[in-house]
This record gives sequence, structure tokens and C-alpha cells, in this order.
Amino acid sequence: MLSRESSSTLLAAVTAFLYREARLQDEHQYEAWEKLWTEDGVYWVPANGADINPEKEMSIIYDNRSRIALRVRQLMSGKHYTQTPQSNLRRLISNIELMDEEAGEDIAVASNSMIFESSLRDDTLWAARNDYRLRFVEGELRMAYKKVTLVNNSKAIYTLSFLV
Amino acid sequence: MNIAIRAWDGLIRRDRVHGSLYTDPAIFAAELESIWYRTWVYVGHESEVPNANDYVVKSIGPQSIIMTRDEAGKIHLLLNRCSHRANQVCSFDKGNARSFTCPFHAWTFANDGRLVGYAFPDGYEGQDRAALSLARVARMDSYRGFIFGSLAAEGPTLKEHLGGAAETIDRLVRTSPEGEVEITAGFLKHRVKANWKFILENECDGYHPAFVHTSIFGVADSSIGKLYGGASTALTRDYGNGHTEIDLRPEFRKRDEPLSWFGTSEDRLPDYAARMKAAYGDKTAREIMVDGTPHVMIFPNLFIAEIQMFVIQPLAVDDSVQHVTALQFKGAPDLNRRLRQQTMGSVGPAGFLLADDSEMYERCHRGVQARSPEWVYLGRGEKRERRDELGFTVGHVTDEVPSRGIWDHYRKLMEPV
Repeated sequence: MLSRESSSTLLAAVTAFLYREARLQDEHQYEAWEKLWTEDGVYWVPANGADINPEKEMSIIYDNRSRIALRVRQLMSGKHYTQTPQSNLRRLISNIELMDEEAGEDIAVASNSMIFESSLRDDTLWAARNDYRLRFVEGELRMAYKKVTLVNNSKAIYTLSFLV
Repeated sequence: MNIAIRAWDGLIRRDRVHGSLYTDPAIFAAELESIWYRTWVYVGHESEVPNANDYVVKSIGPQSIIMTRDEAGKIHLLLNRCSHRANQVCSFDKGNARSFTCPFHAWTFANDGRLVGYAFPDGYEGQDRAALSLARVARMDSYRGFIFGSLAAEGPTLKEHLGGAAETIDRLVRTSPEGEVEITAGFLKHRVKANWKFILENECDGYHPAFVHTSIFGVADSSIGKLYGGASTALTRDYGNGHTEIDLRPEFRKRDEPLSWFGTSEDRLPDYAARMKAAYGDKTAREIMVDGTPHVMIFPNLFIAEIQMFVIQPLAVDDSVQHVTALQFKGAPDLNRRLRQQTMGSVGPAGFLLADDSEMYERCHRGVQARSPEWVYLGRGEKRERRDELGFTVGHVTDEVPSRGIWDHYRKLMEPV
């Protein structure tokens, strides 16, 4: 159990990290975003609820580290038409909490996000619960795990080709 | 009669179709009646309701259909609409239930559709309950586990409808050492603001991959692009009845390497290869593993794309959903794991392939709002198409044989007799 002081220091560091991640995503700074991941990072956007088994059932995204890199390379190619032109994005991150769950050396963090996307198709509002496991690597926070549970992930959803 | 013929000549010609076919709400309404509520439509797979009393909610166009397996094991396709005042009797995607109770007035229906009870029955003296069952899809039939429904009481049989394309499903199930497909991985539901026919035509369009998917083929070091190149020996095929195929076997046979179709090899899936040889014998197993699975669009809504299955659902003239899942083959756990991984990367709202395909459907839908030229041109390869040994029309993999076949059948269904 962290003391109140160290807990608030950690929360401030975590909050700064999440805001930075949000800005890099909104501004399509793909390479800088990729550097936020640890070498064993897992990026998961489940479908059909929050509790499916991603090893057995279909997820919208279930990327290991090499697939995260592939996703970034596709975005960087300049020929990924769904993001050419890029969506205009702004997201709000809130309800940031340090979670008690056991995460080994990692720090369990949760937040809510609301994302406004303006693309060629239309303007789309996305909302999600985000569960993270963060880790200090050489003194810097990194993401080892990010799970994005879209509020509407049981329904038919439009193309989601920006970094959520 | 003359007016009708002239009207359709003004909309569909051999090498072009009129842009309004994708955008006119009156055409969409007519399609529901003449295609979706008449011809055979794929609804679901037997493996989605494996146990007695299982159900799963499916659709035929915008209509909600409950696919149930009753206590005795029989499958039913029931319309999700209370026979009383039309409330939906089922509000969950899937589950296990002997009966469905309407929340509005507590009318209760067995999972075979029979009305088994209603609240305060004294108000219904002399009522014939059998006349108040849940409505059923008029005809239901299945082929190798794939269940189709037709809302028309009369018409061609499923076998007649599938015609030559049935053989592609035969080929598909042979990928399993037990000869069965299983649909067990859940569905991604990908919505697009585009007419359903842009999706239908894209499924066997072999002209676009080299361009639309260049971003992923390039960075993933994929060999798929070559299958759709100018020098490819792969074929497009029109099976009639609107069913179309991209036949990649000529390219895979040139490679002559088992499991090359899936970008892998026998060494990496030794358990699967051994089971296939035990099931079919060395020679046949090798042929199956060289040829791979089909890439076939069963009109109007079942697309089998080698490793995954898509189901097209039209909701409105400019609103469509693709339901997609990884194909799973009974008795092939190591293959299935890779199929799920590859499918998740490729398809759905964030898929490396489908995010770009969906972008094209939506841009086409916006593009066709411009009134000139009036036509969408589908003439590629018209002069070089030919008949294969079974009499089906085939062309180069990049030719628009499939689109022409789809529209030919579409006109037959839509044109007043």
C-alpha cells in the first residue's frame, strides 16, 4: 500500500502519461505513440462485451507487440486510405484511478475516454473504458497492456482505423 | 410489360449499371421484396446452436430472426415478433431457453414457435392458439451445416439456388479432417454508410487488392498481392444465380506447397497435416492442402473468404453491416488458432484489410451521388471471358466477370415477370 503522498505523486505521473498518450493519438504521432509500449505490450479492443476470451473469440483489435508495430507501419505508409486523409480527433480522458488489482510489478490504472472523430464519412462519437498496466522502464512510464472496452462494442460499429 | 423492360434496360446493361441502383430508396424497398424476402438467404450455422434449447438471434435484411434448436434437436427459424402486438420476444443475442416470454403482455412461445400460454386466458375463450404461433421463415434448408431461409413459400429449392456454387462449400468443409465447419468464434459487426451492393460486388473483385490493400501488403511483406497481379493465373468465375468466385487454385497449384494458401507449411502445423492425411489419405490430403479454401460469394449475403466468413446485412439504402468471424474447422485446433489470429488482424472495423475496403464502399456511395456519368462501368475483361470445362463463365482474376454475373441475376429477380 502506497502512502497518500506517494500515491498522489504516482497518480500525477500516471495522469500525465495518459494525457500524453491521448495527445499523441489525437495528433497521429504514430511513432511516438509506439515508443510508449513495452517490448511485451498487448493492445486489446474486445467485441461483444468486456469479458470475452480473446484467445477463443473475435476481438476488434488483439495485437501483440509485433502486430502493434505492423499497425503503426500501415498508418505510416501513406496509402492506408481509411486514414488518408486522417480523421480529425479530440478525446477527453477522465475518471483516472489507480486500481488495487494485483498486477505484479506493473501499475493497474483505469480511465474513461470520450473521443470525437471527424472523418470523410461523418462525425462519430466514441466512448470507452480503458484498462492499463503501466510499468517504469528506465525511469519512464510505459504501457504493457491497454484494453479499450467501447461502450457500444456489442453493436455494429463503423470503421475504427485511428488509434483508440 | 414494354415499359418495364425499357425501365430495366435503362438501369442494367451487360457492361454497366445505373448509379441510381445504389442510391434510390424505392429500389432498395423493391430489393427487400424481390431479393431478400424471396430468394434463399444465409441465416446461420448449425454449430451456433449445438445443444438442445440453444438459440441465436440472426437476420434476413432488417428483419430479426431467432434461430433455435428445440428440445428434440430440430432447428427452427422464427421471426422475432410477438403474434399479439409485435413486441420483440427475444432481446438477447444468444442463450439457452425452452421458451420466450414477451415482456409486453406475457405471451409465452415455445422455442419451436408454438404459443403455449398468455396472461389472463379467460379473455380468449375459443381461441385457436395454433393460429397465434410465432411466424416462421417460410422455407428452411441447410447445406453442410449452413442454414438458409427463404421468406417465400414457393420458389427454387436451396439445391437449385446454390447450383454449381455448392461445390465450393464441399471444398470448404474438406479443410476439416472431420469434414465440418464450426462457427464458434463470435462475430465482429462492421457497419458502413454504403449500399449493400458495393460490398457484394467487392467480395469477388480481384482488380482492387493490388491498390486498396497496398499499404498492408507492402509493410507485412505479403505474397497475397501477387495473386491479384497482371501475371496471375487465378480466375474469376460466375456460377450463375448471382454466385461468384475468385479461384486462386491455379496459383496455389503452381506453388505446389501444402498450406501455402494460408502462408504456412506442414512443418508449422504438423498435427493438422497428420490428421488430414489420416482422414483423407496422403494424396487427397495433399491436394486439399495445396488447393486451399474457396473465395466465394454466395448470393446475396454469404461470403466465404478463405479463412473467414462474412454475412452481409442491408439495413437501409445507405446503411449496411458485415458480420464476420473466423472459419473454424472441426478437428483442427492448431489451424483454428492461426485462423482466429489472422482473421482478427485482417477484418472488422479495425482490420488491416477491411478498414480500407469499407473506406472504398463509403467513397463509392458518396461518389455515385454525382449524376454524371450516369453509369458504373463494369466492362473489364468482357472481350476475353470464356467458358470453363463445366460451362461457367471465367475471366482473368482482375476481370469484372463477378459483377456482371451478379447484375445479370439481380435483373432476373427484380424484373417483373
